Amino acid sequence: MSSLAAGIRNVAGACVLAGLTALSTPGSAQEQTQQPAETTIINPTAQGVTQQQLLQQEPRITGRITIPDSRAAVLIQPAGREWRAFHEVALRWIAAIAILGMLVILVAFYLTRGMVRLESGRSGRTIVRFNAFERFVHWMTATCFIILGLSGLNITFGKKLLMPLMSPDAFATFSDWAKHAHNYLSFPFTIGVVLIFLMWLGGNIPNRRDVEWLKRGGGIVGHDHPPADRFNAGQKAVYWIVVLGGAAVAISGYVLIFPFYGTGIGDMHTAHIVHSVIAVLFFAVMLAHIYIGTIGMEGAFEAMGSGTVDENWAREHHSVWLEKELREGKADGPRGPEPFSTPAE
Amino acid sequence: MARMKFLCDAERCIECNACVTACKNEHEVPWGINRRRVVTINDGLPGERSVTMACMHCTDAPCMAVCPVECIYTTDDGVVLHSKDQCIGCGYCFYACPFGAPQYPRLGNFGSRGKMDKCTFCAGGPEPDGSKEEYEKYGANRLAEGKLPLCAEMCATKSLLAGDGEVIEQIFRDRVEQRGYSSGAWGWQTAYGEDVTS
Repeated sequence: MSSLAAGIRNVAGACVLAGLTALSTPGSAQEQTQQPAETTIINPTAQGVTQQQLLQQEPRITGRITIPDSRAAVLIQPAGREWRAFHEVALRWIAAIAILGMLVILVAFYLTRGMVRLESGRSGRTIVRFNAFERFVHWMTATCFIILGLSGLNITFGKKLLMPLMSPDAFATFSDWAKHAHNYLSFPFTIGVVLIFLMWLGGNIPNRRDVEWLKRGGGIVGHDHPPADRFNAGQKAVYWIVVLGGAAVAISGYVLIFPFYGTGIGDMHTAHIVHSVIAVLFFAVMLAHIYIGTIGMEGAFEAMGSGTVDENWAREHHSVWLEKELREGKADGPRGPEPFSTPAE
Repeated sequence: MARMKFLCDAERCIECNACVTACKNEHEVPWGINRRRVVTINDGLPGERSVTMACMHCTDAPCMAVCPVECIYTTDDGVVLHSKDQCIGCGYCFYACPFGAPQYPRLGNFGSRGKMDKCTFCAGGPEPDGSKEEYEKYGANRLAEGKLPLCAEMCATKSLLAGDGEVIEQIFRDRVEQRGYSSGAWGWQTAYGEDVTS
């Protein structure tokens, strides 16, 4: 009885299905109805999805997974090979050319131009250029930057340059410390970049004087002393490189520090490429900044060292700024149009 | 020396996860780490296939190339192993791995992922074979005992094959010939640079 009912049900179902098929595809109705409904089930020997086919459609094969770790649902991601080529080949070349190239330029420049001297000598009177807070922020950021830069370069070049000099275990211990330093010092570095952005923004808006300064070679090329306010065009460039470059490395770095927080493996590849390329270029630019702030220019280091500069240094390099400061009475020492013309008694 | 490889015949995988369970149990893999997993492609759709995946022990392994401390090495059997003592947990092997094999005990925590863990092809690590230290860090060393990886040994349908690359390739090729269809040896082209020619 029940088998009869099932038989009727099947026949009825087949008729309904055939009818529906006939209605939906009137052109091929004759063909369709010749096929019994029972044989339209999936053929077990049919070709399933193939990996070649999937990899042609998508950069990575992703499926469904029953374990709680949803990240493991990515089955194959050949893009890892491209990232490897970037990390092992392209990045090394970019970093080596940027950093060694900058060093070569700086050495060549030092040998030809030498230290930019104070042409009028020292006046003996000083003026405050950076207060204690500004210097603290600068050196906090600078210290973090150097450690971040070197520990980052260790990840890229360490195994080639440093590892042969020590045992693998010693190098692993060093690299572990370097990695922790890199991760944790990113926080004071980021705070430093934000403070630099805020406290020096006022003096770093590009204006027409910068064009004039650049046209006259900024006093770096030749011995000219084009007028400049508190920051000249070169310093403004460094400022914006620090602010924008710092922001880029910080954001891309935090993407990497917090893996899978809203990112996938492809995003992390992108973040790493952005992070490392900007970082090595940033590092190369900062070598030039370190050069000009130390052996490149007489009287420059004390601006960030003691915080005060000689008035003659300010007159040669930041004449507009000096005049403003003098007008506001911020310089120390005896003041007059010709302070040394008064005969000693 | 045999060149050890894994091969997953997706036409046979029934997504029973016995390989995952066998691996976790054999090596006492901690909670949250899965050295092996089963991924289902086109779940519930015609042509659905399940694939079990772990470290494929690649030829010219990308993880080994990018490791900044060179803690990953290939054995004479072609098995890719690593030293947890040297690993700094940077995550680079995970970026480079085509199969998502490297696992970390922690996620984030300011990048302190902890020591990387992955499938060892049941071949332990750099410590002496079968030692307590080796077991605690990497799990059992079945290969040293002359046994093959337990995941493949446990596989009820023999979908997952582990062993000498040439032997398992031949088994797969014979199967494909017999049944007349195949969705391919998943990951072979990516891992070994050559596909199974059938």
